[in-house]
Amino acid sequence: MNSRIATVFAQEFRQARRNLWVMLATGALGLFALALGLFGAWQGAALKADVLTLTAASLATLSVYLIPLIALLMSYDSLAGEVERGSLALTLATPVRRWEVFVGKFAAQAAAVGLAIVMAFGLAGLVVGLLAGTGIDGIVAWLRLIATSVLLGAVFVGIGLLLSALTGRTSRAAAAAVGTWLLLVVLYDLALLGAIMTAGEGVFAGQVFPWLVVANPADAFRLYNLAMIDTAPVAGIDGLARTLPFPPIAALVALWGWLAVVLALGVQRTKRIIP
Amino acid sequence: MTSPILDISSVSLSFGRLKALDGVSFAVSAGERLALLGHNGAGKSTLFKAILGFLAPQAGHISVTGHAPGTDPARIAVNYLPEVVSFPRNLTGREVLAYFSGLRGAPRRDVADLLSRVGLADAADRAVGAYSKGMRQRLGLAQALIGAPRLLLLDEPTSGLDPVSREDFYEVIAEAAGRGSAVLLSSHSLEEVQNRTDRVAILAQGRLCAEGTVAQLAARASLPTTIRITAHAGAADDLHAAFGGRRINGCRLEIDCDAATKLSVLARLGQHRQALSDIDVAAPGLNDIYRHFSGRDRAEDRT
Repeated sequence: MNSRIATVFAQEFRQARRNLWVMLATGALGLFALALGLFGAWQGAALKADVLTLTAASLATLSVYLIPLIALLMSYDSLAGEVERGSLALTLATPVRRWEVFVGKFAAQAAAVGLAIVMAFGLAGLVVGLLAGTGIDGIVAWLRLIATSVLLGAVFVGIGLLLSALTGRTSRAAAAAVGTWLLLVVLYDLALLGAIMTAGEGVFAGQVFPWLVVANPADAFRLYNLAMIDTAPVAGIDGLARTLPFPPIAALVALWGWLAVVLALGVQRTKRIIP
Repeated sequence: MTSPILDISSVSLSFGRLKALDGVSFAVSAGERLALLGHNGAGKSTLFKAILGFLAPQAGHISVTGHAPGTDPARIAVNYLPEVVSFPRNLTGREVLAYFSGLRGAPRRDVADLLSRVGLADAADRAVGAYSKGMRQRLGLAQALIGAPRLLLLDEPTSGLDPVSREDFYEVIAEAAGRGSAVLLSSHSLEEVQNRTDRVAILAQGRLCAEGTVAQLAARASLPTTIRITAHAGAADDLHAAFGGRRINGCRLEIDCDAATKLSVLARLGQHRQALSDIDVAAPGLNDIYRHFSGRDRAEDRT
């Protein structure tokens, strides 16, 4: 890391901490993880299944809603707000490169979201594991969930920053962030579900549909986690987790692909901002 | 004489059909303070953004210490204070300056000295959100002084400041100029900058209307001095017949004359002293000079 990126990173991370973002995100994620874990402990005793594995599966489904929301809320204002307040003009008047500003902001916010995820899920996993007991499979599933959640958070921080650079105004960036969340997290799944019900068995269901699912970063995250847990109960689109025509790692590759594309586009758009 | 720090030659820049800058040329040398005057929308902020390299002119040429705007040597040479700036409210003044020092590669140990130069030493570790407007503006100025800049660009730096803070502000700017910085600042008021800058340039509708010292501009404008006379009852008609001028009402008369003939008019008026109740002599003010140059197009249209 060069010193200018480090300077942007330090300033951005300090703000995320002082704004209580990290604390709030940790609190929200930790509460949900604990609630699911305790519910799973009560249920798992009846099912005779590993509680931590079960909780990892249900938490993967819930994280798809929460983590993108937290990441988008954290990042959507980052560039647009600074354009409006005039501070970006000051930053860009210094010898700093625009890609350095973008990368520094991205790294700091992704780290803040990641830190919240690690603390919240780590603590919840520890509590559930100690209370209900677990095996090596449960621990692996839980660590996999934490790692992919951090990656999911980073992808959506990148999307939020890209929207912020594209719109240049706080109000428009906020609308774009809410719209993106609705589209990727809610509407996309509904549309796919409708399409698969209409199309029935055939080429679409077997060849096209699985690729459409992993093309969405939120779905790719959930599909990867569910496909890696054999015992997870699956329903709806996630039934695909049992009939994947490609190895689950493809979903993970799709997530990394999103990250690369979003960062490249974000840097490119940041270069066009007139502060 | 050495080459100027900032050299602007016939710069034109338009947004669509709107000509924001139209053939603007001037230069600022080391240690010199130039005030750029103009109404809102005259093109001041656009010119600043062009000097910073955020906007590219369609025609003409800008050089900062001999380099194109936006290049590394130009960015290192220029420090900027925008008209409106709000720093993150939850950071302290010291952290804000440390951030910009980091981006400029300037040593962080100078931060404390910069804060005390603008009178913020005591507030260094308080959150910017708790600063008053004047304090925030001074923090902005401290930011603009990081790393001993060769060109200071200040966009309406004193708007909204009280007279005392304004005085302090210009003192810091004079100090910076004393160390060899070239200063370009924009303002609405000729009165405010007249004794605090070396030269002024007046920008209206994207064009440079006048440039020079305040005394030069006053001479070039050659605005008339107005003598306002209040006559005793019934005497106004005779005075009007003798001196011409404009009748304001039954007993008042206004006579315009240039600076050279002012004394002789007054001497002739002395001969009519029994008819006079009061005389008031109004020399053209700075605002009149500013209006004369910035409104020149409209005045020409009318005549």
